[in-house]
Amino acid sequence: MKFVSEYRDAAACAGYAKSIARLTTRPWTIMEICGGQTHSIVKFGLDELLPPQITLVHGPGCPVCVTPLELIDKAVAIASRPNVIFCSFGDMLRVPGSECDLFSVKARGGDIRILYSPLDALRIAQENPSKQVVFFAVGFETTAPAHAMAAFQARQLGLKNFSLLVSHVLVPPAMEAILSSPSCRVQGFLAAGHVCAVMGFEEYLPLAATYRVPIIVTGFEPLDILQGIAMCVAQLEQGRHEVENQYTRTVQTQGNLPAQELMKDVFRVVDRKWRGVGSIPASGLGLRPEFAEFDAELRFDLTAYTAEEHSVCISGLIMQGLKKPHECPAFATACTPEKPLGAPMVSSEGACAAYFRYRRHHAPASAMKV
Amino acid sequence: MSSPKDFVLSCPLPLTDYPTVTLAHGGGGKLMHQLLEKMILPAFQSPLLETRHDGAVFGIGESRLAFTTDSYVVSPLFFPGGDIGTLAINGTVNDLAMCGARPLYLSCGLILEEGLPMDTLWRIVQSLKSAADAARVQLVTGDTKVVDKGKGDGVFINTAGIGLIDYGQPISPASVRSGDVILLSGDIGRHGIAIMASREGLEFETQIDSDCAPLATVVQKLLSSGVEVHCLRDLTRGGLGTTLIEIAESARLHIGIEETAIPVREDVAAACEVLGFDPIYLANEGRFIAIVPQRDAERALVALRSEEPATGAVRIGQVTASPSGMVTMKSRVGTSRIVDMLSGEQLPRIC
Repeated sequence: MKFVSEYRDAAACAGYAKSIARLTTRPWTIMEICGGQTHSIVKFGLDELLPPQITLVHGPGCPVCVTPLELIDKAVAIASRPNVIFCSFGDMLRVPGSECDLFSVKARGGDIRILYSPLDALRIAQENPSKQVVFFAVGFETTAPAHAMAAFQARQLGLKNFSLLVSHVLVPPAMEAILSSPSCRVQGFLAAGHVCAVMGFEEYLPLAATYRVPIIVTGFEPLDILQGIAMCVAQLEQGRHEVENQYTRTVQTQGNLPAQELMKDVFRVVDRKWRGVGSIPASGLGLRPEFAEFDAELRFDLTAYTAEEHSVCISGLIMQGLKKPHECPAFATACTPEKPLGAPMVSSEGACAAYFRYRRHHAPASAMKV
Repeated sequence: MSSPKDFVLSCPLPLTDYPTVTLAHGGGGKLMHQLLEKMILPAFQSPLLETRHDGAVFGIGESRLAFTTDSYVVSPLFFPGGDIGTLAINGTVNDLAMCGARPLYLSCGLILEEGLPMDTLWRIVQSLKSAADAARVQLVTGDTKVVDKGKGDGVFINTAGIGLIDYGQPISPASVRSGDVILLSGDIGRHGIAIMASREGLEFETQIDSDCAPLATVVQKLLSSGVEVHCLRDLTRGGLGTTLIEIAESARLHIGIEETAIPVREDVAAACEVLGFDPIYLANEGRFIAIVPQRDAERALVALRSEEPATGAVRIGQVTASPSGMVTMKSRVGTSRIVDMLSGEQLPRIC
């Protein structure tokens, strides 16, 4: 396929793997931020191409994984009500809440619909004026513009039966939380290419300078990731800590300015709880007071919900790069994609699911380079 | 009289599992297999059922017969490249073909929803008829029921079929041997994407038609070519990936395939990239794999390629002894990974 297969070329990948091996003289730990990158690394076995000194750890960039438990519970509570049409991206449906997942609500008769765009939910709201239509607005900076557009258009249309259950999170505060932790072992980052396509990468400059870490804006194809790792290792070996852009075919320094404007109009920065990690100040987006009428938590009076994580699940440590999925006592035993204890086992982008799906045939310690 | 306690009918599914049926139980993945293994198979305890083939194979007098049934609940009823009528005929014909049988007679049960336009029903009946003619089978018995509006999705169809087996050797995962090669009859994933695109109103630059087609003729050609055929499977729900895992588990052998050898049309691959799908799990309605000894591989390919819809047949992998029960795939960049069974249907991902 044009513009995809070129980035999966075996010879080119082998070439980059060789140059990474040539560059590397010491052990380095590099974190890829985005779940899409984790999936690509494990699916294509890219870490097997790297020299043993390079350890990749998987960052908190899977929107399904970091959505806090109580928000899933709120989604379940809303979707279980009569006269509600609950709309969501597909992979949120299998995320376990405290009691059940959204699939179970659907099986009990809840009207739950899988959509590809939040704007489709507006159409559903117009076609069903007697029902409350709620869209589960989760994700990073990548999905925020579309959700902002949905709220913006809902106000223009004067929709009274549409609302958003918002759990938006932001990447840079999570990176800062990881870097400022005393147990941090991350020495370089592959930043999430598509987040930067929206936001640009200027906000990473102070992070790189303060914590003296190289940050490479990186794409998602095998060649992108290997080139990103090569750029990161080159900086580490030379003692540099700059922000560089590997993903130039998609990402510009400033990002997508109209999308950022729209996000600012609709959302404001709020403190946000991350599943498995805890609360991070100024790490999320919530609706501005001007858009409060579209806030599902207010509309359904759900602000007081709290919930506790399953005690065995170490998803927090995994998402901070402190543990690998197979180091969890429940991995592939009590916790599987059919019966996930934590969200990283659910999504195709979750580190645990990626390991479960592609890695169980390796002897853990040797192959995973922990 | 024995006490009522002796007759406790407890559900064999552990309480930790879903207390109600979810869509994933019909998705062809792990949950469906659990349902079969924990509830259906123990309830009926039939050696024929235990083989878990596409149909039951048994002898009556001198003849060996294949018998199969399938229900069709597709939405939308009409899609690019086919409709529920062509599916209902070809699906059952293909299940018989995968038993090595020449399909002969089909039954057809129609469950109609009150309010279905007569014109829609007529189009479906016409396509049942033309698909049966194309597959050279006769529809010889049937049933029609109507349910209240809101209690069906327009039309549900059940077909069952009987076919005659001329081929002498058993065709089943148990016949698969280490060293056998895996042949795939053509490109994969078109049916899955065609249904998804028409269901969700997704538009691509080119129209992607379903691969729905009868397979009995080409399978008979393969069986009569003198090639030793160990196993045949059509790649319906769950796709190539799930089918290979079922065979590897059942045969207690390892199947290794190569990603670059599996034909996927460019537009299907592009749709998969956009939706976050893996083409090896997409449903097909006119594709199958044949597992044959290495020495017969070339002759088998010649036989397959001589007849539509298998003119694009290719070799995609090989059976080895270990790791037993597992399917691995050599990726495009030369590394190896597990091909795992999905829990349910593939879900479009967030970003």
